[in-house]
Amino acid sequence: MPVWQGGGFPVIWCFMPLDWFPLWLSLKVAVAATVLSLAPGLWLGWRLRNRQSPGHGMLWPLALPPTVLLYYLLALLGAEGGLSFTWPGAVAAAMVQAVPLLAISAQAAFERVDRACLRAARSLGASEWRVFRRVGLPLARGSLLAATVLCFARALGDCGLTLIVAGLMPGRVSMLDAAVRRAVESPGGALARGLALLVSVAAIAVLALAGRLLSRRVAG
Amino acid sequence: MIHARFRKNLPPGPASPGFTLDVEVQAPAGISVLFGPGGSGKTLILDAIAGFIAPDEGRILLDDEILFDAPARVNLPPRARRCGYVFPAGALFPHMTLRRNLAFAVEHRPRLERHRKVNEMLERFRLVDCAGCRPREVSASERQRAAIARALIGSPRLLLLDEPGRGLETPLRAELHAILRQVRADFRIPILLATCDLKECFELADSMLVLSGGRILQSGPPRAIAERPASVEVARLLGIFNLFQVEIAELDPQRNLSRLRLGEHLLSGPYFPGKLRGDRVWLCVRPEQLSVAGRDARPGPNQIPAQLERAVELPQSVRLEFAGGLAVEISRAEFEQQKHNKEWLVEFPTQALRVL
Repeated sequence: MPVWQGGGFPVIWCFMPLDWFPLWLSLKVAVAATVLSLAPGLWLGWRLRNRQSPGHGMLWPLALPPTVLLYYLLALLGAEGGLSFTWPGAVAAAMVQAVPLLAISAQAAFERVDRACLRAARSLGASEWRVFRRVGLPLARGSLLAATVLCFARALGDCGLTLIVAGLMPGRVSMLDAAVRRAVESPGGALARGLALLVSVAAIAVLALAGRLLSRRVAG
Repeated sequence: MIHARFRKNLPPGPASPGFTLDVEVQAPAGISVLFGPGGSGKTLILDAIAGFIAPDEGRILLDDEILFDAPARVNLPPRARRCGYVFPAGALFPHMTLRRNLAFAVEHRPRLERHRKVNEMLERFRLVDCAGCRPREVSASERQRAAIARALIGSPRLLLLDEPGRGLETPLRAELHAILRQVRADFRIPILLATCDLKECFELADSMLVLSGGRILQSGPPRAIAERPASVEVARLLGIFNLFQVEIAELDPQRNLSRLRLGEHLLSGPYFPGKLRGDRVWLCVRPEQLSVAGRDARPGPNQIPAQLERAVELPQSVRLEFAGGLAVEISRAEFEQQKHNKEWLVEFPTQALRVL
């Protein structure tokens, strides 16, 4: 049944006290994971660029089955107590995937920077950190912004690992995707539709932003 | 004084055959030009000295400081070598103004000194008016000057220039050469310049290293190399010679004479020490050393008939190209007198002949 015909969907939007908590939590986790991933992700991307190695080994957290990663994460964060099933735990889980993703895109972005400029900076006596900060970052700015937005989108929409680590404990931590899941299982289905629509709109908005940044980069 | 002796092996890749660079470069203060065709290893030498690539063997010394030493595992990073490097297109930082570009190189200095240095360089290289512009907003020659100024502002002990004249029009090139001569006079450091332009060599070089296939074939003042190329390869690279295979038919040390067989003709030349009768050697003579005459003129010694294929107008002379790859350069006035010749004789002056 199409969304717009479903059992009084707009009415529910207007009058039902919608639980905004999952959305805020998802945003909070995604923002925190992205911000915390920035420094290690960009620096790692920079190092990978200088090594001239493809660095695809970095992507292993994305290639592993979620259950295997879950096992590692729970072992690392402490299954009971510790960080598991708390929102910092969700941030950590999101970061495991965000950092390599960001590093790979950052490497590609840095590789497009004119090598002569970087060499010139080094021959002028600049330390590696100064070359990175004063030349590498500004020259790759557009692509790096786009990479960050994509990384954020991934963290926001991540329904694999984050769901398992943080989202399966109703009442303790409730992420957006977990909320959608529960709503789907609950009778009625209108809430599920509403939430799904909300998530889709948020995802499309994020991707549109990334697309604009990328196209500006190409045009400039 | 820079003294570099090293070997670098580049294994064959999918796009390129293998390449081995094995050179010894020694350059005192003044301009030393690395001359060679593309792919001869000029840039690789500059990169190894600047520290962008590590050679496999050898050592690099700059003013008695070891920059690189393979046995001792010394390899200073580029930032510690104090070598100014001017890249082919300048490689100015596009997101900074020219002033900020220059300031980048002296950022660790105290504020006042930094300010003074930048202003001094902007003035010296006539960049004051465009100091606030980004590199893409200024002309090619201003970009070039800014790149040289930026490389020099940190008082490097050595200046490396990779094809600085590439992409510049002729008047701008002349201006660049004037600037480089000024830099040579003011800074008194070794300047290594890579180019494939022979004119640039003669304009600038105190000494010249002829490079091909990763090896140095000959070094010395450009005039000396043009007078006496050490091998056929060098003569070919310079591209300013007629080269013919000849056989030594006669050698007479007493009368300082020799006879060379070129096809069915015999030419007399000076005595060539170290050669034997019957040797097949390369006759090497520059186009402007030859002269031409019409068939109807009185035949003199050392003249051979030749078939004119075309006359090429050069800025200051005319180049006559004969069948068999023989070229002669004569003045325009001389050409005006002779241009109605039906048949041509090319005269080889005895003392101009050189064999390799």
